[in-house]
Amino acid sequence: MTATTETTSFAVNPERSVDLLRFATAGSVDDGKSTLIGRLLYDSKTIFEDQLESVEQVSKDRGNDYTDLALLTDGLRAEREQGITIDVAYRYFATPKRKFIIADTPGHIQYTRNMVTGASTADVALILVDARKGVLEQSRRHTFLATLLGVPHIVVCVNKMDLVDYSEDVFEQIRTEFTEFASRLRVPDLTFIPVSALVGDNVVNRSDNMSWFDGSPLLSHLERLHVASDRNLMDVRFPVQYVVRPQSHDARDYRGYAGTVASGVMKPGDKVLALPSGLETTIAAIDTADGPVSEAFPPMSVTVRLADEIDISRGDMICRPNNTPAALQDIDAQVCWMDETAPLVKGKKYAIKHTTRWARAMVKEINYRVDVNSLHRDEEATEIRLNEIGRIQLRVTQPLFVDPYRQNRQTGAFILVDESTNRTVAAGMVGGLPHSA
Amino acid sequence: MTAHVLSQLRSLEAESIHIFREVVAEMQRPCLLFSGGKDSIVMLHIAAKAFAPARIPFPIMHVDTGLNFQTVLDCRDRWVERLGVQLVVASVQDAIDRGLVREEPNGSRNRIQTPVLLEAVEKNGFDAAFGGGRRDEEKARAKERVFSFRDDFGQWDPKNQRPEIWNLYNGRVHQGESIRVFPLSNWTELDIWSYIEAENIDIPDLYLAREREVVARGGMLYEVNEFTPLREGESAETKSVRYRTVGDANLTAAVESTASTLREIVEETAAVRLTERGATRGDDRVSEAAMEDRKREGYF
Repeated sequence: MTATTETTSFAVNPERSVDLLRFATAGSVDDGKSTLIGRLLYDSKTIFEDQLESVEQVSKDRGNDYTDLALLTDGLRAEREQGITIDVAYRYFATPKRKFIIADTPGHIQYTRNMVTGASTADVALILVDARKGVLEQSRRHTFLATLLGVPHIVVCVNKMDLVDYSEDVFEQIRTEFTEFASRLRVPDLTFIPVSALVGDNVVNRSDNMSWFDGSPLLSHLERLHVASDRNLMDVRFPVQYVVRPQSHDARDYRGYAGTVASGVMKPGDKVLALPSGLETTIAAIDTADGPVSEAFPPMSVTVRLADEIDISRGDMICRPNNTPAALQDIDAQVCWMDETAPLVKGKKYAIKHTTRWARAMVKEINYRVDVNSLHRDEEATEIRLNEIGRIQLRVTQPLFVDPYRQNRQTGAFILVDESTNRTVAAGMVGGLPHSA
Repeated sequence: MTAHVLSQLRSLEAESIHIFREVVAEMQRPCLLFSGGKDSIVMLHIAAKAFAPARIPFPIMHVDTGLNFQTVLDCRDRWVERLGVQLVVASVQDAIDRGLVREEPNGSRNRIQTPVLLEAVEKNGFDAAFGGGRRDEEKARAKERVFSFRDDFGQWDPKNQRPEIWNLYNGRVHQGESIRVFPLSNWTELDIWSYIEAENIDIPDLYLAREREVVARGGMLYEVNEFTPLREGESAETKSVRYRTVGDANLTAAVESTASTLREIVEETAAVRLTERGATRGDDRVSEAAMEDRKREGYF
C-alpha cells in the first residue's frame, strides 16, 4: 500500500475525450458492495493518502486482518456506528477513458426508495450476488427496480469468488438462474462478471485465479460500455425552463427560451411546435453563453430563439410538428412511494412536477400493488406504502406533455409532492410495467 | 459533435446551468454564497452563463470573516464589477461587536460564521442560497442533496432530506424555511481545475505557486503575514508554495508546489495524493465527524 504519484493522463485533455457514465449499485450489508466500490476507487488510484491512512487506522483499531475498504464509503456517523448504508451516496472516480459517478444505495427492502433514486439517472446498474448464496430475493428485487427505472445496462458481479474456490460451475449456475429470471423482465443488456472485491479479482485487474473467464474485468467493461445510443435522439422534446429577457438597453429585444434538451437533436431552421398553444414556427438560433451552436442534443442546456413571437412560458414544451408528446390529463403510471408519514390513497390530491411544469393531481384509482420480490400483483390493494410500487390512474388539473417512460426517461417521469408537508412522496413513470408477465 | 456525445465537463456544466435556472424559476428570492474561493468563483461563472445575455438575476452574499486574504477580496470585487451583480456583505466582525457570536479561543471564525450567515439569510428574506459544496470533498457531503432542505432554524437533518429522482427538483418550502442548492455537487476538484483552465477563469493568485515566506506549524505550512505572524522561537523560510483552498487567512495552510500556471495545477491535482481539506484546513482536522456537525448547525 505504498503511495503513488502517477499522473493519470486524463488531466491532459479533459475537454474532449472523456465522457460521463453514471452507474448505480445496490447491495446489502454483507454482499461486499462497499468493498467493491472501495476496490474500484483504490485500484483506480482515486483514494487519497489521508483517506487511506484513516481507514487503515480504523481497521487496525477494530482488529481487522485486512484494510476494510468498505470504510471508505460509509459516510454518516450513524452508518459507521451501525455498519450500514442508509442513504444514497455519490462517489466519483475517473480513468483516462471516462469519468464515473456512482450512486451507491443500500439494498434492503426498506431502502427501495433509495435504489429508485439512484437508478433514476443511471446508465448502468451494478448488481451484486454473493457466490456462496446465489440469486437471492434481493437480487431479483434490484433487477426489477433497475428495469422499472429503465436502466439500459445491467452488470451482475458474482462476488466472493475466492470463497467458492473460483469455481466456474458456481458462476455458471448463477448465470443460468439469473438469466432465466431476467428473461421475464425487459433487460436490454445483461453482463456477468466473477469477482472478488476483497482480493481484487476482476475488479480493475484481470484475475489470475479465473482463467476460465474470458470476459473483461469490471472496470474495463464499464470503460468500454457503449451508452451514447441509449439516449433518445429521435424525439425532439425541449421543456421550457426559463424565459431569458435581458433588462438592458443593448439586448432589449432579446427573447430566448432557456432549457435542457430532454431528447432529440435541435438545429436552427428546424420547424417546431410549441405546446400547449400548438403554434408552429422555426428555430432562429440556439444560443449558449459561448455563442450560437449548430445543434443541441441531450443533456445540453441552451437558449432557443424562435423566428416568430409566440407566447411561450415555463412549463411549455417545444417539439416537432410531426412528432409530439401526448397531451394528457388522465395518466396511467407506475409509482414508487417514498413517504414514511402517509401512504398513497385513492382520492388524495398531490402536487405533480413533470419536466418543468407543476400541476395538481388526484389519485383516481389504484390498479394494483406489485410485490417487489415476487412480482406478484395485488389487485385488492387500497393503498401504497413506503417503498412499495403500484400502478395508479391520475387525473391532472392541466395537460402534461408526456411520452411513455420506456421511450423517454425525461418526459415519461414525474414526482408527486405532498401539498401540506412539501415532501417529495413519489417517483412516477408514465405507462405500464416494464415487463409483459 | 456528430456523435452527439457531450464531454463530461460540458455535461457537468449543463447540469449546473439547469440547476441555476430551476431555482430562479421556482424560488422567490435566491442568493449565491460567495466565499472568494475557486468553487464559488466557478459557480458564479456558470450562473452568468445560465442567464446570458441577461445579468445574473440574484445577489451574491459574502460572509466576511474579517480574516480574508486581500487578493481574495480584490478578486471578489473584480467579479462584482465585471458581472454587474449585487453584493451583500455579512460581517462576522460586526456580529462579534454586536454580541451575536463570540470569538473562539483557537481564533477560527469558521464555526461562528454560521449564525452570521443564518441571520443574513433571514434578514434578506433569501429562500434559496447557492453554495459551492461538492460531494467529493468529504464523506458527510457525499450524501448531500442538490436541493438541501433547511428547517426554520437553518439546520440540516440528514435523516429528513427529500428524495431527488431524475432531475426533478422540489424546492417547495414553507414560510421561514429555505433550501441550500449545490450546483457543483457532481464536480470533483480536478473537474473544477480543468474547467478553470478550459474557461480561463479569473481566480485569486494565491492558488498559483510562488516563492512565499512560510513557517512550519503542526505539520502544515503557513505564510508569514499579518494574520499569521511569526511566534517566539519560530523562523521563516522561503518556499515555493500555493493554496489549495482559501479559507480564513489565519488558518489556511499552503502546500509546497511549483505549479504556477493553471495547466500545472491541473496536472498536480491529477497526481496529488491528499484530499484538499485534509491537506490544508486546520479547522477540518478536528474529528472525522467535524463536517457533519457543522452541517447540522447550518454551515454549508
